[in-house]
Amino acid sequence: MIETITSPIGFSSLLVFFAVGAIGSLLLQKDDKLANIWNNFFAILGSLSGIIFSVLVIITGHNLAFNFGSSSFSLLSFSFNIDMLSAFFIFAISLIALFCSVFGIGYIKHFYKKYNIGVLGFFYNLLIGSMILVVTASNGIFFLIAWEIMSVSSYFLVVYDSDERKNIKAGFLYLVMTYIGTSFIVFSFLLIYKYTNSFDFSVIKSNMALIPSSVKNIIFIFGIIGFGTKTGIIPFHIWLPAAHPAAPSHVSALMSGVMIKTGIYMLLRMALDILQPIPVWWGMVIIIIGSVSALLGVLYALTEHDIKKLLAYHSIENIGIILLGLGSAMVFFSLNMVPLALLSLIASLFHTLNHAVFKSLLFLSAGSVINEVHTKNMEEYGGLIKYMPQTAMFFLIGSMAISALPPFNGFFSEWLTFQSLFQGIAQLQSYSQMVFMLAAGSLAFTGGLALACFVKAFGAIFLARPRSEEVTQAKESDTFMRIGMGALALLSILFGLLSGYITILLEKVGRGFSIFNNSSSSVFISSHQVFNINNGFSSVAPFAIFIGIILTILLVIWIIKYNVNKNQKITISKTWDCGTALSPRMEITATGFTRSIILIFRGILKPSIQHDVEYHDAESRYLPKSRAVTLGVENVYNYYFYQPINKIINGLSLRIKNIQTGNINIYISYIFIALIISLFLIL
Amino acid sequence: MQIIILILQLIFVPLVSPFFIGFIKKIKAKLQNRRGASVWQPYKDLWKLLHKDEVISSEASWIFKFSPYIIFSITIIVGASIPLFSSLFMNFYTGDILVTVYLLSIGTFFLALAGMDTGGPFGGFGSSREMTISAMAEGGLIFSLLTVAIISGTTNLFKISSAGLFVYNKPIISVILAFIGFFIILLAENGRFPFDNPDTHLELTMIHEAMILEYSGKKLALMEWAGANKFIIFVSLGANMFFPYGIAHSMSLMAIVAGILVLLFKIVIFCLVVGVLESKMSKFRYFRLPDLLIISFIISVVAIGLIN
Repeated sequence: MIETITSPIGFSSLLVFFAVGAIGSLLLQKDDKLANIWNNFFAILGSLSGIIFSVLVIITGHNLAFNFGSSSFSLLSFSFNIDMLSAFFIFAISLIALFCSVFGIGYIKHFYKKYNIGVLGFFYNLLIGSMILVVTASNGIFFLIAWEIMSVSSYFLVVYDSDERKNIKAGFLYLVMTYIGTSFIVFSFLLIYKYTNSFDFSVIKSNMALIPSSVKNIIFIFGIIGFGTKTGIIPFHIWLPAAHPAAPSHVSALMSGVMIKTGIYMLLRMALDILQPIPVWWGMVIIIIGSVSALLGVLYALTEHDIKKLLAYHSIENIGIILLGLGSAMVFFSLNMVPLALLSLIASLFHTLNHAVFKSLLFLSAGSVINEVHTKNMEEYGGLIKYMPQTAMFFLIGSMAISALPPFNGFFSEWLTFQSLFQGIAQLQSYSQMVFMLAAGSLAFTGGLALACFVKAFGAIFLARPRSEEVTQAKESDTFMRIGMGALALLSILFGLLSGYITILLEKVGRGFSIFNNSSSSVFISSHQVFNINNGFSSVAPFAIFIGIILTILLVIWIIKYNVNKNQKITISKTWDCGTALSPRMEITATGFTRSIILIFRGILKPSIQHDVEYHDAESRYLPKSRAVTLGVENVYNYYFYQPINKIINGLSLRIKNIQTGNINIYISYIFIALIISLFLIL
Repeated sequence: MQIIILILQLIFVPLVSPFFIGFIKKIKAKLQNRRGASVWQPYKDLWKLLHKDEVISSEASWIFKFSPYIIFSITIIVGASIPLFSSLFMNFYTGDILVTVYLLSIGTFFLALAGMDTGGPFGGFGSSREMTISAMAEGGLIFSLLTVAIISGTTNLFKISSAGLFVYNKPIISVILAFIGFFIILLAENGRFPFDNPDTHLELTMIHEAMILEYSGKKLALMEWAGANKFIIFVSLGANMFFPYGIAHSMSLMAIVAGILVLLFKIVIFCLVVGVLESKMSKFRYFRLPDLLIISFIISVVAIGLIN
């Protein structure tokens, strides 16, 4: 039984589920309800079999390499290689896709009659299927095809809500950035092909010695730009905060939770598998990119009051944290400290998984809120905890997990990341020690700022008084939506509680890399599920923390509430208001909450203020009629990076236009000259 | 014996914390030429508040009602998982630097949420300020403790406290620098001068008091008590991480008693310093506080750089 599932047949059957889901929902597009149920049903089936498949592959440690059919084009072969790393990513993708699809059954209802559900279902299933192809393809060209299907299907999902002009614009930006990224990937694959004569990853890996180190460096830099655009590292992140809010919420959960991780997958694959051995500075570069992305990501999140944009910026932050783990793994491996490299890799993989879980939880609960209040602006929420208590609970769990508060899952992966950086600080010398110190510093500040950001988000959305009429009409969402969110919330707790077992499995995944095949590990799990790092350098126990917190809270409540003071009278009254009636306008706003942090970091964030004052009397200017203050943050990347590039390209294009005169004779002479030059070159 | 140590660990912090809050108030009163309330006054206040009736805002949700229990419990857990008077109780479960820091963050998280919950203008501003300061303080806190962790080769608090930092071959300058960094964070996290004034209400600059303004009765008592616990936690960390003298290394009754006495003595010294500082110093302008917190972080980075 197990052998059938972990065979090519098992794998292709799970792809078939997504294909049936995609095509079927397109055929059923006449009936909204049927199309919705069809596409989500098959997405759920596919994801379930994906979970079973990947877990069995990881447990049995059975590597799969096979070809599907044959192609007449010799460079392209539909070859798959499912090793432990692929299986891990299939697991993450299927897990998130499963709960997003369950959520989707309820969520899509509000699109009925408005948009075509069949098309949504088609691209949704296509996106999940292509993501699985991306992490299993083992041929460069086949990989690029899957990568393109993924990009295009997610583009159509971003522009799905096409009534809003903003979404179309966001989709366009996404498309442009994706193609810039893809072109760099194509470049790096072509460079590899030039020296190894192959697009097949396994052949490339064995022929690595043929590539000179200078070319390898170029491949690496192109790889970072190409895959980094997809993962959203700064400064290639600009599409991310625009595109994620535009997509339907269960799709943004999928995009932010797992789609951007396909870039991480390829970076892992390139750095630790294909391009080995690598120089030390590659890892340093990744660490620096990671620290910058983490710190800036959370700072930009603080400036946002659009809830989905805020979450999108937090994806950039968490990608940064994942890169910190990956970068230190690369550095440690290049310096021949293999056990520590394995530790950092585990941290990076664990955070990848955890971020997928809590970020999709947060996106789904944001979707549930937006569905009821019909705006993404947090300033118009307030007091939702009384109208949507369960969504509030799920959002709270997600916020605590993403802020790395124990005993939720985010804490344990961030703890491992911290530990690998600490090991670097303790064991390395001079400038590499400085890099690790800066990375640990930025991680520490990131943690504190993320906490502030989620106090702001939770407080502005769910606490205090309703700030708009719509809030008071809000009701708790549909059962399917609550199941989707609840399951992910439960996973956030479980992954924290069971982090010991998960670490053991992740270590197995790490050993799937040929470079870690026989290395010893520096993290081991002793009895009572205690993590131990590097012979007692540090230790932590998920179970003890969890039980300790629960028991102490129960004990304190029992003592204080039922023993110290039994006959206490509780009066419900108004909030103390200094004698004037409080209105929702007197509560602190999301913008006001973080204004002081923004001012502290004004050197980086460049906040802007605009005053507009209109006077009753234009000449004397004593009596203002109305005042408007606009607070904002400058788009530094557009201004200093993208606009200059845009200008240069435009200028160049104008120059080149000059050779286009419209005269056919001249064009023919161009062809003639080109022909002669190429003839000379060949001969 | 181990059970006794465990129980002592659990109750020590909540038991002594009100006394030292009263003690600092007494020092300040003396320095201002007042007689001041008895040092036992905080106990009487807590007892009184615990038996009073409560008024709760009609806007408040379960966050507001539940937070005092969470915040108080967190200080109990952290108080039990740091070395107080003995380094024996090698707590490998929660006695890690990062666990301690992030557990304390849970308290901050719920404190700030509770401040926003009732929808009063003061609570929100208090939360905003508290989160700003605690976000900026996190780097300094982790790095100052990391300095001693790297010197002793472990991040386990109990092991650090048993390592004995002022041995000749250990870098003394690093320890001193890291301690300065830690002390700044101690003042910031506990709402002391120059960050916050713990004694006033209804001042535009207040931080901690603004958040708990809506609380009354036993919930207020828990909040006040938790604040006092947090102060003792930070002071004990400072005393045992940076000056681990006199801490009990063996299980004998004598060593334990001596450990407790030495710890009490160290806390008294810390309280004296804090009390004198608060009388001699004025509160900083809010936007100058980040400079101080960044200084704490940079001092600790320098301290780590000076090891070796």
